[in-house]
Amino acid sequence: MPDPILTTTNLQKSFGALKATDSVSLDLRQGEIHAIIGPNGAGKSTLIDLISGRTQPDAGSVTLLGQDVTHAGTAARARAGLGRTFQISALAMEDTVLQNAVLGAMGASGKPWRFWRPALWDADLRMRAEEALRRVGLADDAGKRCAELSHGQRRQLEVAVALTLSPHAFIMDEPMAGLGAEGSRLLTGFLDSLRSEAPILLVEHDMDAVFALADRISVLVYGRVIATGTAAEIRASREVRDAYLGEDA
Amino acid sequence: MSTILVIEQVINGLQFGVMLFLMAAGLTLIFGVMGLINLAHGSLYMIGAFAAAWVAGLTGSFLLALVAAMAAAALAGALVEMVVIRRLYAADHLDQVLATFALILIFSEGTRWVFGSFPLYLDIPEALSGTVTLPGGIAYPLYRLVLIGIGLTVGLALWALIERTRIGMQIRAGRDDREMIAALGVDISRLYTGIFALGALLAGLAGALVGAIQSVQVGMGEPVLILAFVVIVIGGIGSIKGAFIGALLVGLTDTLGGIFLPEIFKLFTDASTATQAGSALASMAIYILMSLVLIWRPTGLFGRAA
Amino acid sequence: MIPERHLNIAVLMLFFAVPAWALIMDEPFTITLATRAAILALAATGLNIALGLGGLVSLGHAIFFGIGGYAMGVLAFHAQTYTPMQLGGFEIAGTKSMPVIWLVALVASGIAAVLVGLLSLRTSGVYFIMITLAFGQMFYYFAISWRAYGGEDGLSIYVRNDFPGLNTLDPIQFFGLCATLLCLALLVFWRLARSPFGLALGAARQVPQRVETVGLDPVRLKLVAFVLSGMMTGLAGALFADLNRFVSPTMFSWQFSGELIVLVILGGVGRLMGPLIGAGLFVTLEHVLGDITDFWHVILGAILLVIVLFARGGVVGLFCGKARPDA
Repeated sequence: MPDPILTTTNLQKSFGALKATDSVSLDLRQGEIHAIIGPNGAGKSTLIDLISGRTQPDAGSVTLLGQDVTHAGTAARARAGLGRTFQISALAMEDTVLQNAVLGAMGASGKPWRFWRPALWDADLRMRAEEALRRVGLADDAGKRCAELSHGQRRQLEVAVALTLSPHAFIMDEPMAGLGAEGSRLLTGFLDSLRSEAPILLVEHDMDAVFALADRISVLVYGRVIATGTAAEIRASREVRDAYLGEDA
Repeated sequence: MSTILVIEQVINGLQFGVMLFLMAAGLTLIFGVMGLINLAHGSLYMIGAFAAAWVAGLTGSFLLALVAAMAAAALAGALVEMVVIRRLYAADHLDQVLATFALILIFSEGTRWVFGSFPLYLDIPEALSGTVTLPGGIAYPLYRLVLIGIGLTVGLALWALIERTRIGMQIRAGRDDREMIAALGVDISRLYTGIFALGALLAGLAGALVGAIQSVQVGMGEPVLILAFVVIVIGGIGSIKGAFIGALLVGLTDTLGGIFLPEIFKLFTDASTATQAGSALASMAIYILMSLVLIWRPTGLFGRAA
Repeated sequence: MIPERHLNIAVLMLFFAVPAWALIMDEPFTITLATRAAILALAATGLNIALGLGGLVSLGHAIFFGIGGYAMGVLAFHAQTYTPMQLGGFEIAGTKSMPVIWLVALVASGIAAVLVGLLSLRTSGVYFIMITLAFGQMFYYFAISWRAYGGEDGLSIYVRNDFPGLNTLDPIQFFGLCATLLCLALLVFWRLARSPFGLALGAARQVPQRVETVGLDPVRLKLVAFVLSGMMTGLAGALFADLNRFVSPTMFSWQFSGELIVLVILGGVGRLMGPLIGAGLFVTLEHVLGDITDFWHVILGAILLVIVLFARGGVVGLFCGKARPDA
């Protein structure tokens, strides 16, 4: 088996007495969608912050493409090939859709230190940005100001910005949140095709999407991974039922 | 250099520090609870000083002058809060800066209009003038000792108010958890006006007390305001304890720096160069202190991590 | 609502028409007022980079204005007294040449901006405001205690400095020089705002966490913006000193930092012509109201309050609405 793209080993993070992340070890392998599920307050957001570099762990390590990035900042991890989307859209609302996508392309090229030629005149940046917008279905809205987008379109743009980075791994924080049934279906189809490009660590509340998409599922409860397995294994697991699925099943 | 001089300067530094604390305490409370940066706090200091000088001139009573200073500043504070400041709580910091900068312009020029451009003088009351002999035979001005006493008393009272009373509980709730405060059934707009007036009162008191040892003039408030900002940056925003420690640190650094730095420079160069370089560096000492704190702890000594 | 471009053209035309008219009517004082507006607009355009594009509420930009002023003052002082500067064993002659003075002003204010920016950007929000204000006060007191260069009284320079091929003492020629620099600065601002750097900076102002997740460092972007901003304001300081043939610690005063912010807000924060409109209005108000009453700052304060509370967006916002991102 080839080395995993992303690995966490015994990640620990406490806030005061609260153990938000309790020795979490998991990995993300080439070509897969690995979903993280768990009840509210299970520590999913903290785990994502630890992996993306917004928060430093108390102990444990994060490895990306064989490199230890535990102490690297968010920007360094992004440059190393981690593409992240936010649960609550983090977009430059005053700018256009295209400008937001160009920002991503610029980060990928690593060259924001150009002060004279307008960013939108750069054919290369523009091409990458427009390609990403086209793939998520936002090509026709490129000139719109971000603030004018619907909620669903903002979710699409979140994914598009991550695409412009051509990352080696995606981390997606509830990309389906607030999408209607149609939106979820479209995005599910898109993520399904995306996994062959780069694996996706998917935190998601929409269980239909998770069970439809995930190659593997890890269940997080009180900061601990209580089970990891295929959709069928997770469904069958008594422990998971008791801890989590049982609530709504 | 004699020990006496050093002790004298330490007491001077403490005196300066507790007066800064009166300013910084109000600022840090207002920021901590309402999230407002108030540049016009120096104007309230000035209003206190002018009210005191005016009433002292009319009545000859220093005590009445102090009461007038606190009343005038608190009243001005409450009024400004209700007319202008209230609209700024939800605004961004830039708007707060601009609006309170506009208030400075209005207060300063308004005061100049009423009282003219010449400084007023406020005399130290008879009973507090003169010196006392401290242990070790140091003759020290009684009034400055009284200032330290008043500053410490106010600090203690403020601590008791915040930690030991119902209003204090509301203030703490406002600082830590805005939603809880509504759940407690507190009339938020009255609480905010009250806190603002309290901060103003402290600034007015400081203005009147300091006004008796310096001249009372337009523009006297802003240098003190900026020093109070340095105090808050060092102590950590929102922390009364931080404001107290920060104020003493700044007060001591400023007075001791002015004395010692030229002396230290004299060890290396001739007297006139040393005096020049030393006093130039002394004028920067507190800002260097602030920079060091920033490098070490960007959120201040007692500030919470962002 | 009118397109911003039309307003910009009208403002520029007015900006050149006023001194041209004053030249014909032989009113050199009006030309001097226009020059003053041009220089203040240059300083405010500098601030507009940090404040408008980067969202950095700097209450310490007088630092750079003052440094530019003292760069001029110190160099010209040594030139007019024929005494070289002693700099660590080296002797450096003063100069009366504007291009050299400008270069020194740019470099010196740039270095100061790096230092102040590095420290201030360790924090954000209210801390940043307080710290820049405090550093401004530090430079102010330092200038007062710097007796070799006049201390509190400042330095007088008897003759305006030279620019090759121009008679800088002629008001309209000096205006032309300042106006040219202002137009260059506006061009820089205009291009900067649209450049990759400007795009990233704008995003760093709006959503720093997004900028990080695409692999860029928002603090570094803001630092570079702060330095560029400080340099432009520093250049304006050198011109301002030359206009008055005088520098003093008041160039470092916190009031000036506040007034610079006021200029930008009055015109429209982040807008290309905001600083020029703000400076023009400010100089006009100062002149007109200052003639009527000594207490014109009260009126300025009231106007400012009204703008903050009711007319956010300044003059440009009033006429053109919100900024339109270019497609």
